[in-house]
Amino acid sequence: MLHDVTRHVLDNGLVVLLKEVHSAPIISWRVFYRVGSRNEQTGQTGISHWVEHMMFKGTPRFPAGELDKEIERNGGTWNAQTSFDYTAYFETLPADRIQLALEIEADRMVNAIFDAEETESERTVIISERQGSENSPFFWLSEEVQAMAFRVHPYHHTIIGDMADLHTITQADLYNHYRRHYVPNNAIAVAVGDFDSAQMLDQINAHYGQIPAGASAAPVLREEPPQTGERRVDVRRPGSVPILEVLYRAPAVSHPDWFKLAALDSILGGPSGPGGGNIDNKTSRLYRGLIETGVAAAAYGNLEMTKDPFGYGLVVVVREGSSLEAAEAALDRVLEELQTRPITQAELDKAKKQARAAFAYATEGASGQAHWLGFAEMLDHYTLFTEFVQRLEAVTLEDVQAVAAQYFDPTQRTVGRFIPVEATDDDE
Amino acid sequence: MVLSGSFAAGSVFEAPEQAGLAAITAEAMLRGTTQRSFADLHETLESNAMSLGFSSGRFLTSFDGKALGDDLPLLLDILHDVLHNPAFPEDQVALIKGEVITGMRYRQLDTRYMANKRFQELAYPPNHIFHRSNSGEIETVSPLTAEDCRAYYARQYGPAQFIMVVVGAVKTAEAIATVEAALGHWHNPNQQTTWEQPPLLELNDIRHALVTLPGKTQSDLVLGVPGPARSAPDYRAAMLANNVLGVFGMMGRLGSTIREDKGWAYYSASSLEGGIGPGPWRAYAGVNPANVKEAVQLIRQEINRMLDEPVNTQELADNQSNLVARLPLRLEKNEGVAANLMAMERFGLGLDYLRRYSEEIQALTPADLQAAMHKYWKPDAFALSVAGPEIEAAL
Repeated sequence: MLHDVTRHVLDNGLVVLLKEVHSAPIISWRVFYRVGSRNEQTGQTGISHWVEHMMFKGTPRFPAGELDKEIERNGGTWNAQTSFDYTAYFETLPADRIQLALEIEADRMVNAIFDAEETESERTVIISERQGSENSPFFWLSEEVQAMAFRVHPYHHTIIGDMADLHTITQADLYNHYRRHYVPNNAIAVAVGDFDSAQMLDQINAHYGQIPAGASAAPVLREEPPQTGERRVDVRRPGSVPILEVLYRAPAVSHPDWFKLAALDSILGGPSGPGGGNIDNKTSRLYRGLIETGVAAAAYGNLEMTKDPFGYGLVVVVREGSSLEAAEAALDRVLEELQTRPITQAELDKAKKQARAAFAYATEGASGQAHWLGFAEMLDHYTLFTEFVQRLEAVTLEDVQAVAAQYFDPTQRTVGRFIPVEATDDDE
Repeated sequence: MVLSGSFAAGSVFEAPEQAGLAAITAEAMLRGTTQRSFADLHETLESNAMSLGFSSGRFLTSFDGKALGDDLPLLLDILHDVLHNPAFPEDQVALIKGEVITGMRYRQLDTRYMANKRFQELAYPPNHIFHRSNSGEIETVSPLTAEDCRAYYARQYGPAQFIMVVVGAVKTAEAIATVEAALGHWHNPNQQTTWEQPPLLELNDIRHALVTLPGKTQSDLVLGVPGPARSAPDYRAAMLANNVLGVFGMMGRLGSTIREDKGWAYYSASSLEGGIGPGPWRAYAGVNPANVKEAVQLIRQEINRMLDEPVNTQELADNQSNLVARLPLRLEKNEGVAANLMAMERFGLGLDYLRRYSEEIQALTPADLQAAMHKYWKPDAFALSVAGPEIEAAL
């Protein structure tokens, strides 16, 4: 079924992926831009996410407040997201109304209004968004861990950006960022749903084909240097529950080791990848080593899919009556046991079977497929998604054992601890 | 393939001093049976890439499962085993309690959770099921034992008000036969299906509370009233009014004013719980502490505008179109189909509900929406809760 994806490149460089799915009268349309927090510099952190917000401030044709209403009165859903490596916009609509989504995205690729008053109004919205995140101890901890793990590469800062920059980024900064990155040759458009591919391609050409290509964006050159030893950071803030986050250096998704680590991640923390969230993880090694032993209330792993090398994160929420020290020791034991009690063929086979089922779940809806296709193409190639299961199937026991030994090296990790403290007057 | 079900067993059937028991019992259902240990149970589920989960609400306990189509008999076999033979092992119940209490400690400093919790305590009378937290309190959960779970299960788990939906790559006759074989002989004469609740006193004034939480940078506020049950005759009018107030487009009128015009909040919206009811109808926002007072004032203005002025015909048409035209999206996936079928059966909407839906929504008038607003809201009678950094006043 997934081999029915077709890939096209318009004359202006816009990559178009099409996949017909006729099980429901729906079409999902997504446009990915190859710009995220990875493309930001100090002083302008968070600018990609802010531009995403400004894209809802309208165009001369779809004024502010009209764009979202126009989609919703047609029964659609819409949203956008900014990540490390990309910014994406999507609409899912009844199939006979998809023209609207094509028009909106083509229009705001070129004509988005960056009004001074709207910029200031959105500044406080974004600051409010960051403050909402700051109410969570997980945010404070991961922000510090990320900042310590990446000294040079822009993965150093969070996607929302530093508060200092949110106060100083200007309307001109935003508009320049928009103009530099929002060009068809820096974008991927994806349609999944109930359409005829030839007709859809004609429509896309009609809406997007005349948009001129722009200059290529500057490549990201600030490669993170090798890590020479363990890094540690404590975050002490008012709170009630200690949290441990350990980030091991891990390769980019295009690296041959990434799928080997993905198999290991599934065995350690439960199914991940497309559709992985549909299956529980109570037989995983993390669950058995940390939750069944009464050390943790929650424990999970997260292998990021990123363009440049990022990390494999492990998060442990310390259970009432236990301690950060016990949690760290128990986590170390689980990772050390990968050597003393090697992964079995049965564990690997289960991970592969789960990946197959999870993939079937992930391909049930048009929106999810459109996301995964565009995300994969943006990272490397759409086959990263369509061949996800096959690539995981190719991983051997030796592969998993080798990456476990290579990547869970304590000198290549950053350990963060959220230590709850009593409130002081300053905190309040 | 997905299956989902629910039956009469929620926190309304637990003693107030054991608040949280229904939720812990539901969680403990999958911690082992007399036929399968915890490890065996989850090895079977996870090695077959299936999922099964139990959760308990105020009135119902629900279960949701997912499997590849061929595995329906196996999933039903497990469901049958779990529903009939739960073991409630002591060590597993102790583990669950530890996780639950840790979660409660975390939420005690969560602004959004605490704003909602305090709101419900203000909006509903003491001892009302909506007054208290469905998950209980640390002091009520701490003493609970495996024996308590067994007793609750024996008393309350059974086929009364039991509805189950199966959607996906299965044949209807085979699915019905398999479900019949697995659950057809289940009975429990002790299962309660009715409950007593203190009367819902009409809100005649403004009740408000500030919850000061250390180390926070944003305030979460909730302003609302007890709303209609899903089965209330004016539920659809209230739902459409709520769509206008805080859902449509960028979070309706509330989002348009507080987020888009003022830039005070990342989110500002409203929700209508419905359900067996009377669940809350609330407006909510996350704002800088310095803007709480003004945000509350604007929310009140927007609610008063809904009370005072009929929604104009264009806005009404937009919102009607939104609800009707998005029906295909709601039914795209198996989970969506299952949720709609469950609601149709649970609330007696009839299996032709989706066919009538468009007509019923289109028939609503501005006067219907205004009447629904007036039934549940008054300008100066609501519950307001704000959780976050210390502020002097919210009103």
